[in-house]
Amino acid sequence: MSINDKIVSDFEQNNVEFITTVPCKQLAGVIDKIDKSERIFHIPSNKEDEGMGLCAGAYMGGKRSAIIMQNTAIGVTINTLATLIQYYHFPLPMLISYRGELGEPVACQVEMAIHTKALLAQMNIPTYHFHEADDVKEFDAILKHTFMCNKPTAILTDASFWSGVSATSEGVVK
Amino acid sequence: MIRSEVLKILIPVISDKLVVCNIGLPSQELHMLDDQPSNFYMLGTMGLSSSIGLGLALAQKEKVIAIDGDGSVLTNFGTLPTIANNVADNFILLIIDNGSYGSTGDQPTYAGKRTSLTKVAEACGCENVVECQAEEAVEVMQAALDSNQMTIIVCKCESGNIPVSVIKMDPVVIADRFMTEVQKRN
Repeated sequence: MSINDKIVSDFEQNNVEFITTVPCKQLAGVIDKIDKSERIFHIPSNKEDEGMGLCAGAYMGGKRSAIIMQNTAIGVTINTLATLIQYYHFPLPMLISYRGELGEPVACQVEMAIHTKALLAQMNIPTYHFHEADDVKEFDAILKHTFMCNKPTAILTDASFWSGVSATSEGVVK
Repeated sequence: MIRSEVLKILIPVISDKLVVCNIGLPSQELHMLDDQPSNFYMLGTMGLSSSIGLGLALAQKEKVIAIDGDGSVLTNFGTLPTIANNVADNFILLIIDNGSYGSTGDQPTYAGKRTSLTKVAEACGCENVVECQAEEAVEVMQAALDSNQMTIIVCKCESGNIPVSVIKMDPVVIADRFMTEVQKRN
């Protein structure tokens, strides 16, 4: 099963039915598959804090929700994470493209990469870093953990993790 | 009329509906006037009332009214295209537009100057955008509820505040009480 199929399948198996996305090149494949999934309502948002508001509303409406975003947006979501998601105890898996790591071609992306883990640690957000293709095997357990403890969780997926995934060949979980 | 008076005359029409209410004075006023399990009070996170309301409307069947302010919509302008492109006919966005940041001391907003939120909402692709004066709020809200169509109401009123206490309910209690009510109705 490809990495993208595994991620979408884990969302579906864990009854995540409402997903908002702000695009990233690395996440294009998984976003495309989420859009095509019949079991997931996909709603693109214009900014990540807006997306977290949509997720909070959907969760209160009885639908498990998730957000897909880039790590550069951590800065603009700190207040929303603290005063909405954490304050009201809403579970929120955040599948995050970890730009600015090894293999990054755009220098400016490194500027938020160096703050990413520190900010998540400061916010006491359980954080998982997918570096090898096989790391995706933990995704199912992370989703279960998120909805068990009613917290936001961050899954950082770096360029090495996505390196086997391209338009012609999708990374395969061994 | 000021915002608290608009909320007061709307109570008979919105009391039994699911209401997501904006941070600060609007939530405090609604809590004081008509606390209900069907009210979700925002205690923080300026700007996200419309987003929470839309997510809630898309996820279940009951009608949802999100009470927002002009300043908060200006903070989260990206919400209007998202609303326009994800139509939920059980969703009403009520923007109480008093042309000021009421909760922080009535500093003027651009919506009270050259910027028309009605025109912005229309330009974003929202259908059924109704601008009204405070005195017409009940009639316009009732018509929106009866229409069974997603509606954006921009209700113009005067700026000004009344003394009101902060909400002392725990956020987890607010959410749990609200979610229990949502579940009961679906």
